[in-house]
Amino acid sequence: MFYIYCPYCEEHREEEEFHPKGQAHLARPEDPDACSDEEWGDYLFFRNNPRGIHHEMWVHALGCRKFFNITRHTVTYEILETYKMGEQPTITAETEASRPAATASSTDDRVSTETKGAQGVQA
Amino acid sequence: MSQSAKQPNRLAAGGCVDRNHTLNFTFNGQAYTGHPGDTLASALLANGVDLVNRSFKYSRPRGIVAAGSEEPNAVVQLGASEAAQVPNVRATQQALYEGLVAHSTNGWPDVQKDLMGWIGKLGAPFMPPGFYYKTFMAPASMWMTYEKYIRKTAGLGRSPTETDPDIYDHMSQHCDVLVIGAGPAGLAAALASARAGARVILADEQEAMGGSLLDSRECLDDRPAGQWIADALAELERLENVTLLPRTTANGYHDHNFVTLHERRTEHLADSAPSIEGRRQPRSRLHRVRAGQVVLATGAHERPLVYANNDVPGNLLAGAVSTYIRRYGVIPGRRLVLTTSNDHAYRAALDWLDAGHDVVAIADARETPDGELVEQARARGIRIIPGSAVIEASGSKRVTGARIARIDREAFKVIGPVETLDCDTIASSGGYSPVIHLASHTGARPSWNETILGFVPNTVKGVAAAGGARGIYPLADVLADGADAGAKAAASQGFEAVFETTALPRVPAIREGEACALYQVPHEKTTLRAPKQFVDLQNDVTAAAIELATREGFESIEHVKRYTAMGFGTDQGKLGNINGMAIAARCLGRSIPEVGTTVFRPNYTPVTFGAVVGRHCRELFDPERYTAMHQWHVEQGAEFEDVGQWKRPWYYPRHVNGRLESMHEAVVRECRAVRERVGILDASTLGKIDIQGPDAREFLGRVYTNKWAKLAPGRVRYGLMCKDDGMVMDDGTTSCLGENHFLMTTTSGGAAAVLEWLEMWHQTEWPELDVYFTSVTDHWATMTVTGPEARKPLAEITDIDLDRESFKFMDWREGNVADVPARVFRISFTGELAFEINVQANYAMHVWKTLFEHGDKYGLTPYGTETMHVLRAEKGFIIAGQDTDGSVTPEDLGMYWAIGYDKPFPWIGKRALSRSDTRRTDRKQLVGLRPADPAVVLQEGAQIVFDPQQAIPMTMVGHVTSSYYSPTLESGFALAVVKGGHQRLGETVYLPMADGTIHEAEIVGTQFVDPEGERQNV
Ligand SMILES: [Zn+2]
Repeated sequence: MFYIYCPYCEEHREEEEFHPKGQAHLARPEDPDACSDEEWGDYLFFRNNPRGIHHEMWVHALGCRKFFNITRHTVTYEILETYKMGEQPTITAETEASRPAATASSTDDRVSTETKGAQGVQA
Repeated sequence: MSQSAKQPNRLAAGGCVDRNHTLNFTFNGQAYTGHPGDTLASALLANGVDLVNRSFKYSRPRGIVAAGSEEPNAVVQLGASEAAQVPNVRATQQALYEGLVAHSTNGWPDVQKDLMGWIGKLGAPFMPPGFYYKTFMAPASMWMTYEKYIRKTAGLGRSPTETDPDIYDHMSQHCDVLVIGAGPAGLAAALASARAGARVILADEQEAMGGSLLDSRECLDDRPAGQWIADALAELERLENVTLLPRTTANGYHDHNFVTLHERRTEHLADSAPSIEGRRQPRSRLHRVRAGQVVLATGAHERPLVYANNDVPGNLLAGAVSTYIRRYGVIPGRRLVLTTSNDHAYRAALDWLDAGHDVVAIADARETPDGELVEQARARGIRIIPGSAVIEASGSKRVTGARIARIDREAFKVIGPVETLDCDTIASSGGYSPVIHLASHTGARPSWNETILGFVPNTVKGVAAAGGARGIYPLADVLADGADAGAKAAASQGFEAVFETTALPRVPAIREGEACALYQVPHEKTTLRAPKQFVDLQNDVTAAAIELATREGFESIEHVKRYTAMGFGTDQGKLGNINGMAIAARCLGRSIPEVGTTVFRPNYTPVTFGAVVGRHCRELFDPERYTAMHQWHVEQGAEFEDVGQWKRPWYYPRHVNGRLESMHEAVVRECRAVRERVGILDASTLGKIDIQGPDAREFLGRVYTNKWAKLAPGRVRYGLMCKDDGMVMDDGTTSCLGENHFLMTTTSGGAAAVLEWLEMWHQTEWPELDVYFTSVTDHWATMTVTGPEARKPLAEITDIDLDRESFKFMDWREGNVADVPARVFRISFTGELAFEINVQANYAMHVWKTLFEHGDKYGLTPYGTETMHVLRAEKGFIIAGQDTDGSVTPEDLGMYWAIGYDKPFPWIGKRALSRSDTRRTDRKQLVGLRPADPAVVLQEGAQIVFDPQQAIPMTMVGHVTSSYYSPTLESGFALAVVKGGHQRLGETVYLPMADGTIHEAEIVGTQFVDPEGERQNV
């Protein structure tokens, strides 16, 4: 069960208070009638399924009722940041690729475990 | 030393049991005694009970092997009464209490004389590995029979058939540092974290905290280990920031340091939780802990060696032998042979000797064992046979001897003559496996460590293993590692932790020789021909079975496990998995890590359903929502229907001629009342969303398929809501309360989802629109007065002019009803004249009762949801979610009148209506069905075909979505979706039923009653 930082309430809350709403940053086409069936089908049905960094939308359904976005690692499930609607993520697959992997830490390097600090880093 | 006559294996002194008090218990109907401090396992061993179970597949006699949660054999059914039955209890983890009653879970009907033995003796070839697949998959129809038979004999225990009298609690907790395991590493970690000021929870699964120190031969600060434990616990107890949870198993690590702890509060006291001052105590607590940092100090499990007949009672883990002697004062036999690959296990022999009994020999697989403990054993005259191992145990219901030979580990063969030694106990040790289960739950795969010959855990952020759990075994190192982990965990949470080695107890170092790798012991015969060498005792998986699996082409350990069922018992293969992997690796000519890693899943040990459920049972299973008139419905004897969490009156059966009406009779009477005079429905559960703001109207136009631009204050309109895929998701009426103010209604079940849907579009796509949404479902109660005489009772108690010309259909008016401010909506879901009265919920009961005071003379009849359904279906009004299922467009419903094709904004769902799929002419479309036989009420969900003569599988062209008996039509009738149905009015379709009958029905329009819609305008 996730521990999620709501960027509006500015607190960590249990996953039970939230609903997941799927992939983030999906913009509805400005003029749907101008879309081909294929383009419209892509918007409706096709979603990313990355191994690694994933941006997804959640709503604090039993809290402030605000929608916001999460950057989550789909292997470790670590939530790397949460940010408000209309904002852009600071951590992306591209920024992660340019720095050493810090997903799983072996017990042999307890130090690295320590320096990464507490759960649920927020933006 | 002398033994008690009653408990032949109880030592006269030693251990932590209270010999001054005696506890009585029974096992398989036989009476025994033990002492406070015993586990059921130690008490059984004290009484000389060798045979505790029959094995799963071969029905072989089995005895106690281990002393902790890893025990595979001594799994019992507990409970004196039927209601107190608990299956899958490990005798090694069950504290003894007065009056305890336990039975073998396996060995039906009797462990001593077992009926299933014939399979073991005659039928071994009958049950090769993969027997589930090979034998029981065909014929499939026999599976139910096999399954019942296997369950009964397989030792899976049984549930109580009576209601559990106990209560169970759930507790949510937060802490900075959660330390799992209170052995030396865990205690040191907890002390280091707690001294730094962190909030610490220390949980340990055993009856007493201390872990391996509870039976340690070593001294800390020159004092016995027990005294150091006592001091450490006393300090932790004094600290207010520390919670100690003994008898508490960390069963699962879940995302983001969420750990479930199962605390057994009273299991050590009685079958059922005792009462204190008349209040029953919770039997167990499930702590839902969110920890800043988790320290896994879960220690290591000893691995048994795999040799022939290693399952005969009397074969134990070396460490378990020490535990029973030192902690419980129980000697599990008289003459011991130890077979080992390492120094550590020598403690069992030394403890045995200290207890005053014979150590026949130690077979040490290493050529030149030379550690300190080896020296001690040698000095005390124990015969050590180097380069050797026990290759086979003799005996059937108890070990009678050990066959020992020189072995070549590399070549995997016996290289010397076999010597047979008389003994009744064989202790074995093949090394130690860090307990990596919880680390494995994190999803991180462990790594093989060649130095310690075991898997060490990898973890995710916020979790660290310490001590034995990561392959560190010497006591001094374990203490230091625990303290280091604890200090760092606290520091990560912002506490200044100073790690001082001086704070650690002094422990004399013991020089240990290097261990060697030994898992399966070679035999003179090949593995396939040698007597059975067991790997997984609980699931009866042998070395031969694993070898066979590799020969049959299974190379991944995950496949081998599924083929042989290794590790699939309730013990999850705690003892056997690594040995099994080693054997697969040997057969495949690979290394252990090349064969794979082991994956463990929650729960670490079985958890009772009571603990999982907690208080979420019976009336607290799910919240129930009541309307303001609920009590009235109850008093009228209404039957209720669940709609989401709402309890809605379903129908109101009356006593007619001294007999209670059936549902059918009640619904017929209620329907007639509405069609002929006047009825009333509690419609309060309808979702209601108050929408305000200058852009409210624009917003409605975007989320509804139809037009809202011109709806004037005082008017009401039906609205249809789609997702952007064009499929109907909800419907309801929306009223214009003011230029910038609307009241939307939704289906009863859809209210929360629709509100979230509106918020999502507003917050994510159209934040520029100035509009606000508020749920007012619970604030307004709704009562629908409907029928040709609906105007009469209402007119008597309202100041609103109900004249049909001034208060038109689809108008709403504000005024007083029964002296209470009200909104009255002239809308109809029955097709009759109808007024929906909305009042503040806390006035609703008063209004409802006043309506009846005035309505009785008009025959005002309460009706429930069933009648509501019949009446709305007669009019062809859909229920979103019943007549639609996420694959139905407004056009499929024939509701072209509710689609604003020319609205300026591309409203949600519009584009999808021109996709090639939604343009198909053979889409399933909503139609009415009139059964040829009016007595037939078609089954909802029944499949529709055009050609009843077609061979099975027939071409299915649709299904029934709503079906009822209509008292007005005096016939069954239905709504259905049929391919191309709108073009098929008048055609005949068929509905083949499971019992062979085929119903015939005619496709008709969806409005069965008053298609012109005149009745609502009387
Ligand atoms: Zn919030």
